[in-house]
Amino acid sequence: MSKLYSGAEIVFMCLEDQDVEYIFGYPGGAVLPIYDELKNHSSIKHILVRHEQGAGHAAEGYARSSGKPGVVLVTSGPGATNVVTALTDAYMDSVPLVCISGQVPTHLIGTDAFQECDTTGITRPCTKHNWLVKDIKDLSKILHEAFKVATTGRPGPVLVDIPKDIQFAKVNYLKPKKEKKTSGKLHNKFSQNEIDELLNLISKARKPVIYTGGGVINSGPKASDSLREFVRLIGFPITSTLQGLGAFPGDDSQFIGMLGMHGTYEANNAMHDCDLLINIGARFDDRITGKIDEFSPKSKKVHIDIDPSSINKIIKVDLAIVGDVNEVLQSAIKKINKKQNGLKTSNKQNVSKWWEQIQKWRTKDSLGFINSEKTIKPQHAVKRLYELTKNQDTFITTEVGQHQMWAAQHYKFNKPNRWMTSGGLGTMGYGLPAAVGVQIAHPDKLVIDIAGEASVLMTMQEMSTAVQYNLPIKIFVLNNQYMGMVRQWQELLHEKNYSESYSEALPDFVKLAEAYGCKGIKAQNPNELDEKIKEMVDHNGPVIFDCQVDPNENCFPMIPSGKPHNQMILGPNDKKDNKITGKGKALV
Amino acid sequence: MVKSKSAYSIPTKLGKLDTHIFVVWVDNEAGVLARVVGLFSGRGYNIESLAVAEVDQTKNISRITIVTTGTPQVIDQIKLQLKKLVPVHKVADFKREDKKVIFKEMALLKVVGNKKKIEKCLKVCKSFNPVILDKTKLSVVIQITALRREIDKMSKKLKPLGLTSASRTGAIAMTRGAEVFK
Repeated sequence: MSKLYSGAEIVFMCLEDQDVEYIFGYPGGAVLPIYDELKNHSSIKHILVRHEQGAGHAAEGYARSSGKPGVVLVTSGPGATNVVTALTDAYMDSVPLVCISGQVPTHLIGTDAFQECDTTGITRPCTKHNWLVKDIKDLSKILHEAFKVATTGRPGPVLVDIPKDIQFAKVNYLKPKKEKKTSGKLHNKFSQNEIDELLNLISKARKPVIYTGGGVINSGPKASDSLREFVRLIGFPITSTLQGLGAFPGDDSQFIGMLGMHGTYEANNAMHDCDLLINIGARFDDRITGKIDEFSPKSKKVHIDIDPSSINKIIKVDLAIVGDVNEVLQSAIKKINKKQNGLKTSNKQNVSKWWEQIQKWRTKDSLGFINSEKTIKPQHAVKRLYELTKNQDTFITTEVGQHQMWAAQHYKFNKPNRWMTSGGLGTMGYGLPAAVGVQIAHPDKLVIDIAGEASVLMTMQEMSTAVQYNLPIKIFVLNNQYMGMVRQWQELLHEKNYSESYSEALPDFVKLAEAYGCKGIKAQNPNELDEKIKEMVDHNGPVIFDCQVDPNENCFPMIPSGKPHNQMILGPNDKKDNKITGKGKALV
Repeated sequence: MVKSKSAYSIPTKLGKLDTHIFVVWVDNEAGVLARVVGLFSGRGYNIESLAVAEVDQTKNISRITIVTTGTPQVIDQIKLQLKKLVPVHKVADFKREDKKVIFKEMALLKVVGNKKKIEKCLKVCKSFNPVILDKTKLSVVIQITALRREIDKMSKKLKPLGLTSASRTGAIAMTRGAEVFK
């Protein structure tokens, strides 16, 4: 008979077999046996956070920047409920997470025991799958399956709830099974006919646009390479969702900027007027489509996605290709290269008029803003940050709000996995803990959280984690004293009734930084901005940068609710629209 | 057009609603019904009836039959979302009008009244294989099997004749002929 191991030992043996290096967690009564076992496994490092939500977001940052699943360890009851926001966030943005939670002993389940909650019940709608381990014999099998479910197909979070008596109980350990290719739900289902049809549509298109999303990033760095090759071969303009930024170089001439509610004029107009729309790994989110009835009315639509349930969910498409982005693109590239009919050159002639039109739209300079010499404009701050950090491999996380959109608009990403932001759930407080996780995965890289002062205060306690583990994350706070996006919507939609969107009694961020034992920097006017940013980047340690920006700036361009793509509100630079934004009037 | 005060788009016109019957084969494990039902409530789908029981004891397979309504797009989504659940093995969906499929529902009806009324009731039920499970001087419990709508109609008819209680299983389905749904 082989050796018996305790449930806690088995947890670590599974983690070792899954090549886990870091777990993000917080101890408590119901996971103590697992924490007790930690000391015996030197290949696994535990990162102690200050709140379980922080553990979840840190694991997300780790996963998104490294391509490996993030692992979270929390206790029962409040430990589990605190991590729910992060699980939901990961579910919405398809981030692979494995969350292990402690549970009260089996015999106490259902008795309202101390720190008991129905963890699997609560997390059922926000995980791909979850398990309550009721029998120690199932533990290793469940944990291996948990990793498989989290990382295959469309990635996402899973949770394994382990009662305390199971952590003590002893049993044999089962190694993970060698990859058997089963479970049809996870694999490529496309046929060569579909690729042929795709090439047929490509060859006929006169006004095409490629619209890419987070699926390209999730498919791995190779998918981004394939995307670049594919897009250059066919010469089409390409736009990206918030999550897809970095899959195609942001400074490339074929890239027409982000699309959607705060996307560029050229990207949104191209979406509206195109005759062929190729969606690669995106999901027609409502921030992208605007009014569904008038979404890209004249186009044939192609959708490439690994998740069959994404197809026709919101927008009916003419050609659906279900499969991994990289595999689909590779077979398309192969086909194009094989076909000797000169598709490559003819295509570029076909779309030359379309490119002229796009150039005209580009001259609108929809991301333009009126800079100031007196106050720091938030867009200017992001632009300077980009210019001063673009020469090194920089990882950017964000919170949620205006600053997030400005970061997406003005920071140009050239590589995948460099941009971590909460898009689907829109979780304020995501960026700081995510930066912790990114820095853990990439200890020698520059990691910056472009933040808003309201968001960052939601998870500010994780600064303590950054200090504890010497993580030199930079928290670049665009401080406008408002919940900026709320204020903007109130200005545009609610007659400037700024109900509860102004933050009074903000902390002194420099003193706050010092209290946490890190560096605080404050910038108040444009003249000192560059020098202060350099000081932040050069400092070897965590920094909170209080960048005091114009509190009344709005994020443009913008598609107002219920409007199609071609009816955008442009910024104050565009004279026609001054009447829409009272602020614009004042500035001109 | 009224100016929208929302950051979300306004709802667009609704398509035609169809009634569909879903048959879902699942692992018979704790919480599996909650996963299926939670999917419906969480995404705002409708459940008109639900029938579930284990059908294969060695393989631990349960068969869930759900009657639902939705636009073709929603029906499609329900099917694809169900297939994504880990304990789900296969999903079949049939239109109510589908002639290749048998739909049946069983009902137990308790009628309380005098002899005359009870006899009238039994007459009304005649075409739906009535089985008398219990009879006293004042009451009768009748079992009938029929289509959902037929039972709906029956209930209406029996109300004035003394129907006091009705218990229904929800529809279950089976394809006709030798073919088995894969």
